[in-house]
Amino acid sequence: MTAMTDVAFLLLTFFMLTSNFIQNEPVMVTIPSSISQLKIPETNILTILIDETGKIFIGMDGEQKRMEWLKKVGADYNMSFTPQESKAFSLVNSFGVPIGQMADFLALTSKEREMKENLLGIPADSTNNQFKDWVREARIVNPQIRIAIKADESTPYPAIKNVMNTLRDIDENRYDLITAFKKKPKITES
Amino acid sequence: MAEIGTESKGDKKTRKGKARKISTRIDYTPMVDLGMLLITFFMLTTTLIRPQTMEIAMPSKQKVPESQQTEIKASRAITIILGKDDTVYYYKGTREHGVDPVVHVTDLSSGGIRRYLLQRNYDVVTKVLALEAERANTNMPEEEFEKKKSELMNNKQSPIVIIKATDDATYGELVDILDEMAICDISRYAILDINDYDLSLLKKLKA
Repeated sequence: MTAMTDVAFLLLTFFMLTSNFIQNEPVMVTIPSSISQLKIPETNILTILIDETGKIFIGMDGEQKRMEWLKKVGADYNMSFTPQESKAFSLVNSFGVPIGQMADFLALTSKEREMKENLLGIPADSTNNQFKDWVREARIVNPQIRIAIKADESTPYPAIKNVMNTLRDIDENRYDLITAFKKKPKITES
Repeated sequence: MAEIGTESKGDKKTRKGKARKISTRIDYTPMVDLGMLLITFFMLTTTLIRPQTMEIAMPSKQKVPESQQTEIKASRAITIILGKDDTVYYYKGTREHGVDPVVHVTDLSSGGIRRYLLQRNYDVVTKVLALEAERANTNMPEEEFEKKKSELMNNKQSPIVIIKATDDATYGELVDILDEMAICDISRYAILDINDYDLSLLKKLKA
């Protein structure tokens, strides 16, 4: 029995040290694969999630920073949030609601937040570009932040173009595209 | 659970003067159960794969003054246009003396656009392959390898690729073509918006 305990705890230690928790994301995306081998850092990341219909979700790490972030973006839209709402926001990993519906969204339970009718996406069209404000304020809250785009393989290009152009408008010209790993194909001389 | 039991044999006749034999066996079963439970928990809630990223730098919006712009030879430029369902259109150079460049159609497979790009970038690709072989033989440090590789890739003759995508393209195709740049050791490329001229070229091709 001692041997079995040893094995069990050895495996346990291994899993605790090598793995990281699955981040809960509002939508499942199939990311494209690339041969790039750069690993994404774990902190200071602003993830922009784009699903196959082009809906945008964003999330940032750091609970303190999230609260500040919400306050700043709220101020842009003349909105303020109660401490409870702000606390609830700090626990949300990734969200996609227009700022007007934020208070309602935060009042929901985490199960309800994942329901289809609550996955609205952040508006990013030229007349109402809330996405731009979220990214801009994220940069102010955390100057070291890196922007990472995680989009579905089958997302139509216009949706991506819109995001890229928006980022360009606020001078965010360097960002990462999150991809899965693919082996580099052998190049043969021909 | 952890019991310190006395030997049952000697119980009936406890002889005086002799110490009782006490066995100190601990039942480990609950501990193993706990261990296994925790392993299961960690296996289910965590992931071992950390996603890869592909860094891109987009051209800035600020206009570069004319005097600081660097002219590039039209012969070095390749324009790649992503179409519907993995179709790729490409043409070399630009409109010259009122003659439109010839637009070719291919796809994103390894025999398609990659073949063309490898041919165009033949010098650099062979040199990088030689460098990789050298690294395999001698244990060259990673930094030195990267430095030498980027030196090779900044070759003055190597092609400059302009990537444009039509509205029919998908994100996956965009990543694929960016991947081709890495495979074909092309260091200079840019993603630009498609313009009317390119669309007119495509229309002419389809007609």
